[in-house]
Amino acid sequence: MSSRRSRSRQQTGASRNITDEQIADLVSKLQQLIPEIRNRRSDTVSASKVLQETCNYIRSLHREVDDLSDRLSDLLATTDTDSAQAAIIRSLLSQ
Amino acid sequence: MASLISYLNLEEESKRKKLWKTGYELRDRNSRPETSWRSESEQRIYSTKLVDALRLVRRNPSAADMVSSFREIREAADRVLAVEAKGRTRWSRAILASQLRLRLANNMKHKRAKVTGCSRPKRLEKKRFSPTLQRKARLLSRLVPGCRKVSFPNLLEEATDYIAALEMQVRAMTALTELVTGPPVDRLGSTSNS
Repeated sequence: MSSRRSRSRQQTGASRNITDEQIADLVSKLQQLIPEIRNRRSDTVSASKVLQETCNYIRSLHREVDDLSDRLSDLLATTDTDSAQAAIIRSLLSQ
Repeated sequence: MASLISYLNLEEESKRKKLWKTGYELRDRNSRPETSWRSESEQRIYSTKLVDALRLVRRNPSAADMVSSFREIREAADRVLAVEAKGRTRWSRAILASQLRLRLANNMKHKRAKVTGCSRPKRLEKKRFSPTLQRKARLLSRLVPGCRKVSFPNLLEEATDYIAALEMQVRAMTALTELVTGPPVDRLGSTSNS
């Protein structure tokens, strides 16, 4: 990480401005992660759009994890524990 | 060096504490290696540990009703994910702290004091951002655990790492689900699910 980056909450001492460049850098990094924006690639995406899509993406990931947890809890309740988990572990180890 | 001198010259202890925390976080942030959530090995580690955790969940037959079993699995999935971050990120520490708090509250039947530090509000760059941007940043800060009061650049960093971690969580749990659903052909030659 850049050593010239400082905290805005620092009370005394060195300059605490976080440059626009650093923020733009972080925003573009975030931009790369979000499939919505990555796929519809136009070079100028506003920071506001990036933030919005980030929120949407995180929410959708949360929902997916919830859904998967739900399914796993159903599956583990109905299948035979030991053989299911033995199969999982075996296939994990064999990779 | 200059910061050390100004640190020593500070009279108020509270200011000193704040600077100490600042220095700690700066050092921590600059020196720690980052988790590569995309690597296969990380995913394998996660899957293995998750399976271990799930086995413990399953052993408790009182978690038979759907809601608590779902909750336990979700929490296990988040806990294992947070542990794998090895304390490098705020979101992971926040997940673990809040789970711990919940458990203690349930056991002791009273609320425990906040474990994580930084209960003082941090100054946001108010001049810099339009209200729209501020609003969206606030939304984002609510979605990333433990990041309600962090600075904007901090928030972006945490969000970046958090998204990568969540994606791995989804990949791993999807793969796990497919395995438990029952492999169509058992490549290992022994029967699993019938």
